[in-house]
Amino acid sequence: MGVRQARGAGPRAAPALLRRRPALLRRRPALLRGQGPTVAAVALGGMLGAAARYGAALLWPTAPGTFPWTTLVVNVAGCAAMGVLMVVITEGRQVHRLVRPFLGTGVLGGFTTFSTYAVDIENLTDLHTARTALVYLALTLLAALAAVWLAATATRRVLGLTPGRHGR
Amino acid sequence: MNWLLVLCGAAVGAPLRYLTDRAVQSRHDSVFPWGTFTANVTGCLVLGLLTGAVAAGAASSQLQLLLGTGLCGALSTYSTFSYETLRLAESGARFLAAMNAVASVVAGLGAAFVGVALAEALWA
Repeated sequence: MGVRQARGAGPRAAPALLRRRPALLRRRPALLRGQGPTVAAVALGGMLGAAARYGAALLWPTAPGTFPWTTLVVNVAGCAAMGVLMVVITEGRQVHRLVRPFLGTGVLGGFTTFSTYAVDIENLTDLHTARTALVYLALTLLAALAAVWLAATATRRVLGLTPGRHGR
Repeated sequence: MNWLLVLCGAAVGAPLRYLTDRAVQSRHDSVFPWGTFTANVTGCLVLGLLTGAVAAGAASSQLQLLLGTGLCGALSTYSTFSYETLRLAESGARFLAAMNAVASVVAGLGAAFVGVALAEALWA
């Protein structure tokens, strides 16, 4: 931050109100302040989610140039799980404050991936399998959105919640 | 060893997404999920660069596991992206929901293509 006049710098100092730093220049709350437990929960969850995704890729490998089924199934399954989880914890019951960072941001965020999706499409295009690339692009997007929507709707029905009411 | 590389990458990638989201979301007032958007596009760019570097023989498969499967995989997310799109649609912001879906795919793909091309220019 800029060098400012020291507080109470003699009789010629500006009045207190003017001396105060404008709101925009005031230091923001540190990004990490009080975030230790949350960041740890996200990291731990992310490791579990990524390990599950890596395990799925080892169990069901897809050759370059073929349809990336494994990533598609991982992403769609993760979206469905996110739909269930978020309805349960934001509209259903009160849960511990680390449940969302651990399960949502961590496990499911680490399990699903947007970067592999995009780079796989780039690879398929590069390998002159543009039709596969296009089908993969559209099918993942539509299936993911349908999965999160259907899962959220079904969870609300099971829990007897009114659709669209979010108790945040 | 391979598992360890994926775990280490993810242990950095997932918190990086969380902190990116917090930092970005605290800097605007719109309901558009710029935080997840930023994390996803960044992940696509880095993974594109890395994939290009591996193809050119400039990066090892170990680095691919650490930074690709682990870091970029955990930095980017499909589940939060689709949930935030659903939230926008349910809150009545259908145009923004559609924009989020289209812009994320277009920008993510663009970043992946740029990353691969950049890697080819640098290392091929």
